[in-house]
Amino acid sequence: MALTRNADAVAPIQSSGMFSIWLHRHASTCVGALGRLFRQPFASLMIILVIGVTLALPAAINVMVKNAQTVSESWSNALDFSVYMRRGLSVNEAEGLAGLIGQRADIESVELITADEALVEFKLQSGFGAALDQLGENPLPHALVVRPDPGNTSASLILLQEEIGNLPEVELVQVDTEWVQRFHAILDIVRKAIVIGSVLLGIAIVVVIGNTIRLDIENRREEIEVTKLIGASNAFVRRPFLWTGFWYGLIGGLFALALVQYGLYLLKDPVARLAGLYQGRVSVVSLGISETLIIVGVAVFLGLFASWTAAARHMRRIEPR
Amino acid sequence: MIQFDNVTKRFPGGQEAISGLSLTVDKGEMVFVTGHSGAGKSTLLRLIALIERPTSGNVIVDNQNTRRVKRRRIPAYRRQIGMVFQNHMLLYDRPVFDNVALPLVIAGVSYRDAGRRVRAALDQLGLLHKEKRNPQTLSAGEQQRVGIARAIVTRPKVLIADEPTGNLDPDLSLEVMRIFRRFNEVGVTLLIASHDISLIDRLGCRRIALEDGKLQEEVEPWL
Repeated sequence: MALTRNADAVAPIQSSGMFSIWLHRHASTCVGALGRLFRQPFASLMIILVIGVTLALPAAINVMVKNAQTVSESWSNALDFSVYMRRGLSVNEAEGLAGLIGQRADIESVELITADEALVEFKLQSGFGAALDQLGENPLPHALVVRPDPGNTSASLILLQEEIGNLPEVELVQVDTEWVQRFHAILDIVRKAIVIGSVLLGIAIVVVIGNTIRLDIENRREEIEVTKLIGASNAFVRRPFLWTGFWYGLIGGLFALALVQYGLYLLKDPVARLAGLYQGRVSVVSLGISETLIIVGVAVFLGLFASWTAAARHMRRIEPR
Repeated sequence: MIQFDNVTKRFPGGQEAISGLSLTVDKGEMVFVTGHSGAGKSTLLRLIALIERPTSGNVIVDNQNTRRVKRRRIPAYRRQIGMVFQNHMLLYDRPVFDNVALPLVIAGVSYRDAGRRVRAALDQLGLLHKEKRNPQTLSAGEQQRVGIARAIVTRPKVLIADEPTGNLDPDLSLEVMRIFRRFNEVGVTLLIASHDISLIDRLGCRRIALEDGKLQEEVEPWL
């Protein structure tokens, strides 16, 4: 026990390089903060649930919009359009034209509606039956309902429609894309709403994490006081709380991803069934790499930001008494 | 090493804990501060630790005027001073080893070095076999020794102690004081607040008696 015999006890303190100290401190506090989360599994789980669900909501809606968009794009590429022929063409000529167009590779099917058929249908549906009977001749032309091949792009579709429109027998090509445009406008609104909602939810996450960190600081008040008393800086006492915020964010973000992926997994079969009914090639688009990184990155950022503000606010107040 | 130069500490209420106090503790000295509770012993030590700042006058520790230590620099300043408290101020959520290692962790000492130093400090205080124990499972005397180990693990030049034997029985008190004496023998400057005059007299150190924040008497060492 003699003091002077112990070489270790009297050797001066040698600090390693500043950077390696910094790195080492961070590494150990990082692991320590994670350990602390695991020691309070229930409380930690609650926070992670809140972050996960809050982030999963906008992410999931975003995926839904993305899917709706791809589906509607495939719709507009395979959208039926109507071809009205010049009046006065015979049924034979109309059938010939229908056959000709139907042979093209970029067209899936062609349905001919003769002027007579159209008139019958119009009489039935419009209720002008009696009035139409007064007309001496059928005012309606022969028409074709053309369904393009789904392999068409929007550009090739426009070309196709122009080409058919330029045929001498054709009077008019009518494409009904208005409702698709409306649908896209709705999607745009939803997308903007997601941005607004995400900001609000982000604020909610910051408040939740910040409040948890604040409680954590209160609970560890004594520890903070003691460490400050023996020479710990604000940065030193703040560090574990920053890492706690980091872990909340990271695990919460990963949980949000898991929720979205699980939701997509649940939707896979019903979507496949629906696609089967429409004989379409609808498949679920999931989160891309950049979106995955954005979700996790945003979660980590919010965790760090929240814990930083909370720690900066409360740490200063705790001084040794 | 420690110099009080006409120091007054007045609290917001108006009462003066220290009034115009001047004293000097030389390098390598071991000095006791005595007085009734409320005489200003604790405030004196708190001024040295920069927990409080003087209302007027200067407190100079190791050639640094505490007035000139900016708030930001307080942690670095405190790391130069070893502190022992009456209620130990240990952290009960971690073992003895981690408690003693804390000042080294704060100072950024590498893990290997820290381990060696902690064991050396624990060895000096006869606690080596208890490094894995939680401080709560130790006796009051042992806890105080853990507190002392934590205070000396960074090899401070100055060690201040506020009623370090306040909760200990006479035998343990004497043991703790002997430990302090040993540090003093290797050159550590000690300033210890205590009201246990009979114990202090047995050690034969200089004694400063405070009353109402003023110097009442100074008893020279007989050793």
